[in-house]
Amino acid sequence: MSTSSKNLKLFTAPFNLHNPITVQVLGICSALAVTVKLKPAIVMGVSVMVVTAFSNLLISLMRDYIPPRIRIIVQLVVVAALVILVDQVLRAFVYDVSKQLSVYVGLIITNCIIMGRLEAYAMANKPWPSFVDGVGNGAGYAVILIMIGFTRELLGSGSLLGYNVVPQSFYEAGYMNNGMMIMPPMALIVVGLIIWVQRSKFPELNETH
Amino acid sequence: MKEFSNTYIFTFSSIMVIVVALLLALAALQLKPLQDKNIEIEKKQNILASINVPATAENAEELYDKYITESYVVNTTGLRVDGIDAFGVDMKAELSKPSIERALPVYVSTLSNGENAFVLPLRGKGLWGPIWGYISLNKDLNTIYGVSFDHQGETPGLGAEIKESWYQQKFIGKKIFQDSTTFVSIKVLKGIVDPANPHAVDGISGGTITSKGLEAMIDSCLVLYKEYYFINRK
Repeated sequence: MSTSSKNLKLFTAPFNLHNPITVQVLGICSALAVTVKLKPAIVMGVSVMVVTAFSNLLISLMRDYIPPRIRIIVQLVVVAALVILVDQVLRAFVYDVSKQLSVYVGLIITNCIIMGRLEAYAMANKPWPSFVDGVGNGAGYAVILIMIGFTRELLGSGSLLGYNVVPQSFYEAGYMNNGMMIMPPMALIVVGLIIWVQRSKFPELNETH
Repeated sequence: MKEFSNTYIFTFSSIMVIVVALLLALAALQLKPLQDKNIEIEKKQNILASINVPATAENAEELYDKYITESYVVNTTGLRVDGIDAFGVDMKAELSKPSIERALPVYVSTLSNGENAFVLPLRGKGLWGPIWGYISLNKDLNTIYGVSFDHQGETPGLGAEIKESWYQQKFIGKKIFQDSTTFVSIKVLKGIVDPANPHAVDGISGGTITSKGLEAMIDSCLVLYKEYYFINRK
């Protein structure tokens, strides 16, 4: 396989067969918490993508110099620094969204996807493939968040990105927003539905005992 | 696997920590003015919301300058205190001081109809964290003209509803004095409240602790201005 097709595979695999949320079941808690509306879901997805991409890149650049005995600490310092930077930038430029995300931006640091990619990939691979792997995994996470955010905001509030999309005539005909969609448990159910659809289409994902 | 000496590990970690600290300090310093501006704009939006003027982040400053014509600080005896910027007063810090030392901000707004409304800050406890807001009174310093509440982490769909306008509108027109001298504040009650009751509003079903916190916040903050009402009411 040529290098570029390998890199392409690194990028696309997390969208489907190696998706961090639906296949590896990582990063679930933030997926449940920030997906009431579409906008915070997008911002959270992009933030995680930036952190996975750059922490992978930095750790991969440093991988020959990191003493194995303190490698987890080094990884944590790099991730924490990037998360603080992302948090500060959000607070300065998209204050309203940063308020909705509240503690979850800080909690990106505990997102298993990031440490998982650093340990499994960046510590053993060259910088460029590591960066691509980070972007791919972050994007795989973002896609699921956006799907959940889209469903919950549409059915729960009748709007998308804050704009009303359900026509007034629907409400007059008796349509009602589903208040339950706003509650966190519904995010879990939506994730479950996505996993169900995915596994029916790709039977190789099903565990066999 | 390569072996590293202890000296190497110490040097490596020290350099890493110093570099990271420098980078973060630099970023924090550079972004601080923008962040402070955002907080200031949000405060102005909240104050404007309490006089029923909706403002976006873009036009908040312009509308604030238009509607809020004066702001000053009073103490618990109702007298003005000079030399303190009302906008800069942090209610959380003031409420932890002894009562006589508290600086209590008053924002005077001139409404479109030429009348004045007086905006007073609130701060209290919800179920999961602090709740805060602003309440505006008509010139009689008795009737509520408008309110805006906000919270840090109340339950979405339950306690968090205090932030929604459908709930805040229930407060408009309520009165905080029973006759002209007895301060009764506003009760947040369970069950169906008679809309004609001038001193009570509905609580939020499922948000009882937040509702109680709201009631306590309004009572404990408005009572501080008791003397001020007597001196200034028209």
